Amino acid sequence: MARLEDLPPEFARHLAELPCPDMSETACVAGPPLSQRRVAIISTAGLGRKSEGGFNPGDADYRVIPAALPAADLTMSHISVNYDRTGFQEDINIAFPIDRLREMAASDEIGSVADYHYSFMGATDPAEMKPAVESLIGPLKADQVDAVVLIPV
Amino acid sequence: MSAIGHYLEAAGLPTVSISLIRLHSEKMHPPRALWVPYELGRPLGVPNDAAFQTRVLRAALALLERTDGPILEDHSEDAPNRAKDDADDGMFCPVSFPPPAADESPSAILKREISGLKPWQALAVERRGRTTTIQSGLAIEAIADHFAAMAEGTAPAGSTLEGVPPAEAFKRMLDDLLAFYQEAATAQPGQTASHAEVSVWFWGETQAGKLLLACRDRAREGEYADLRFITERLMIPRVAREKLNL
Repeated sequence: MARLEDLPPEFARHLAELPCPDMSETACVAGPPLSQRRVAIISTAGLGRKSEGGFNPGDADYRVIPAALPAADLTMSHISVNYDRTGFQEDINIAFPIDRLREMAASDEIGSVADYHYSFMGATDPAEMKPAVESLIGPLKADQVDAVVLIPV
Repeated sequence: MSAIGHYLEAAGLPTVSISLIRLHSEKMHPPRALWVPYELGRPLGVPNDAAFQTRVLRAALALLERTDGPILEDHSEDAPNRAKDDADDGMFCPVSFPPPAADESPSAILKREISGLKPWQALAVERRGRTTTIQSGLAIEAIADHFAAMAEGTAPAGSTLEGVPPAEAFKRMLDDLLAFYQEAATAQPGQTASHAEVSVWFWGETQAGKLLLACRDRAREGEYADLRFITERLMIPRVAREKLNL
């Protein structure tokens, strides 16, 4: 359904015309076989813990989501209202597939699941997120992460 | 999403992105991306379908074993039984509200509407084991009272949540109110409406939608620019604005 031709024309035009930063190609980093990788999720769905404040317009920071956080304590405070939230209301895995990662770790498809996962709020200019993203490199490496799956909404 | 992939990969961390808007990935060429043909908000495709979600995730993670980037692959499995997001056949009508009495106040109509939805929202909570109406910390009735008072011009100025700026408090309550209606509307058997259908129903058919539009009018007259920004730009989905001329 995210084919642009399936969306209302004005909205499709808006999405097509959103400015995309001009980024040069980045060489892919090699790693061990998937069955040995430790995987973290980074979402841009504006996810966070119930106990902390939600995202506001322009926020370029992130929230930390412990792998063990109960689903009932996971909030979605993205500022956009232009996407479906009923799927997330039914099942957090639609945007934050933590249970699927656990199953894949249990069946040795991946090595393990990171202890911590992260979320930004995707309406912010990605260039403004750069310092916050780079500040995550240390914590991700300290968590032994060698595979990051990036998931939008 | 693509930019985050560039930043992390440049620092030595292998990444793979799920892509919902293929055009954006084509322009930003992240190191590895899997485009999926799903509705915005549903990157894994289908809620409560572990096998379907696993196939998406497995296809994405498989790209990590490649280094011939930039990689942009397509995941061809469509999500079943979802209406096209520009569909609006007027068929989505999860709850029928009785017409108001002649002398019924707008806030009384809203309370009656919420009472009518409550059994369905409770069913959603029971079935799912959680609710997403958790951002403001207020009960739905308190949120309704606030929006009704704001719509009628009788709400006190400022924030209703201690220590939270007015615009942010409004957004948290708005998210909770929308979530309450969405959870109730989709709890009934057979309701698999698209974002467009749920949005057009809420903004075109419900008293809550009508009162929020009145809140937008009050915000236009008020002193808080941030609140005006939210009610003008971050409250009504584009699809509802287009279809209902809001």
